[in-house]
Amino acid sequence: MPRTENDFTQLGIREIRDGVAGGDFTAREVAESLNAAVEAATSLNAFIVTTPEKALEAADATDAARAAGKALGPMAGVPIGMKDLFCTNGVQTTAASHILEGFIPHYESTVSANLWAAGAGMLGKLNLDQFAMGSSNETSYFGNVSSPWRKAGSNAPMSPGGSSGGSSSAIAARLCPAATGTDTGGSIRQPAAFTGICGIKPTYGRCSRWGVVAFASSLDQAGPMARSVEDCAIMLGAMAGFDPKDSTSLDAPVPDWFGNLDADMRGKKVGIPREYRMEGTDQAILDSWDRGAEWLRDAGAEIVDVSLPHTKYALPAYYIVAPAEASSNLARYDGVRYGLRDLPDGAGLQDMYAATRAAGFGDEVKRRVMLGTYVLSAGFYDAYYTQAMKVRTLVQRDFDAAFEQCDVILAPTTPTASFPLNSLNDDPLTMYLNDVFAVPASLAGLPAMSVPATLTEDGLPLGLQIVGRAMDEQSVLNAGLAIEQRAGFTAQPEKWW
Amino acid sequence: MSVTREEVAKIAQLARIKMGEGDLDHLVPEFNKILEWVEQLGEVDTAGVEPMTAVIDQKLRLRDDVIDADPKTGGGRRDDVLANAPAAEHGFYGVPKVIE
Repeated sequence: MPRTENDFTQLGIREIRDGVAGGDFTAREVAESLNAAVEAATSLNAFIVTTPEKALEAADATDAARAAGKALGPMAGVPIGMKDLFCTNGVQTTAASHILEGFIPHYESTVSANLWAAGAGMLGKLNLDQFAMGSSNETSYFGNVSSPWRKAGSNAPMSPGGSSGGSSSAIAARLCPAATGTDTGGSIRQPAAFTGICGIKPTYGRCSRWGVVAFASSLDQAGPMARSVEDCAIMLGAMAGFDPKDSTSLDAPVPDWFGNLDADMRGKKVGIPREYRMEGTDQAILDSWDRGAEWLRDAGAEIVDVSLPHTKYALPAYYIVAPAEASSNLARYDGVRYGLRDLPDGAGLQDMYAATRAAGFGDEVKRRVMLGTYVLSAGFYDAYYTQAMKVRTLVQRDFDAAFEQCDVILAPTTPTASFPLNSLNDDPLTMYLNDVFAVPASLAGLPAMSVPATLTEDGLPLGLQIVGRAMDEQSVLNAGLAIEQRAGFTAQPEKWW
Repeated sequence: MSVTREEVAKIAQLARIKMGEGDLDHLVPEFNKILEWVEQLGEVDTAGVEPMTAVIDQKLRLRDDVIDADPKTGGGRRDDVLANAPAAEHGFYGVPKVIE
């Protein structure tokens, strides 16, 4: 990548850490350059709080370690953005909700602690959909996030996707080389696709949930977002690992995903799920999907037709399971232990709970908490929740059967490209359909990634999704690399912010 | 299955979220639209299918029976625990009077 003097905004994780380790530049120079880029981009509203001093502190520690001849970590000298769903010791953590405004954790999430231990520094806390509930970044209490991308010939602000929309916007705008995301039903992959970047949700349990504000615990999974497949591989390696503090953490060694990257697909089979060819999908999406299959064939893979018969039912099942878990998880926001308290004059405890939650939660959060309360309530539990969990078993069995015929599955990430902010939020259901291709892998706990494929005629990015077997992130990353090498996606949004 | 305005008000009460009449005006139709859409799950034949309990097969671990094995999740952190409380008094959470 071309670089002008003191401008490090175009560099990725590997370029920064290798440059710092090799003495081409200092970590402090990189942090200063990115701090300046963040400060100049307030119109994107990607950050809820910025922490330039944290970025500098980590950079100085890396420079000092290098000067002392100490071994440097895999993310040494790399400043990143932290989705504001990860608790950070001494730095406000809000989940983009009013109910957590002013909450300053006295502990550090395992994932962020792992990243700091690997040498990364924090540029700030990134905006998101409130409690990670949303697909457009329009449900944050701290305002919408704008994508740096715009439709050709229009100045209308576009959605960066959600819920990790602050992350996707900041990376695409070159405010940071990488950021954390979390994915419950597409919240890493859909925003990555909307903004022309990469993002991977690993197998459920790879990254610890400890210290991550909970949405739907059986689905929540953290992962990296960055501008290249190799950067995702490096950062995922730094984030993942067994954590005894998370009861569903996978007790398995972390493979060297970066060291084992290999775009040679010879001998591999790529499944094309026929049920993903849905009515209403943009022709441009279908074309990019066909091209993706050609690229993988060119890399040596055999393309096979596979069937995932319960695809249609994955999204409605998700919209029972996720709200049910959310209603339970969000019961903790009671105005007693942390966050907002609304105590009307003369109110008792129950009134205080109800007033606090009415004032603190946004509309989408209330909708989902109530939906979850309803599907778990006496008399409806079996009809809704148990049935949804049975369908979830069937969705997983579909994948098991498909992976007897192929090594990875190729599909679109989203049914459309990005849309203008405020264009879909009248109808929750239309918004939910954004995640129709992303949710099945979430329900089955499988690793899945989005890589940029092409631009639409309107100049908006489209992504392709690769889903792999449980624990087989390597095959997902390898197929992603094969696509990346052939797609040649180098487009960048024109700077307006 | 559709829900009435009274039922939605009852759900809000169970969820401990105060709802005004205006909130219910837009929530009731939204709620019914979502419920109508998830109804399609009823079409799926799930006879003999076990509901999922764990997405990745693994054993539930037990930790060693040691006090404060991990100081972060052990005891003795009262001030940290209370640091973000809206009302903390005498080392306790403060709440409105609950007994008349």
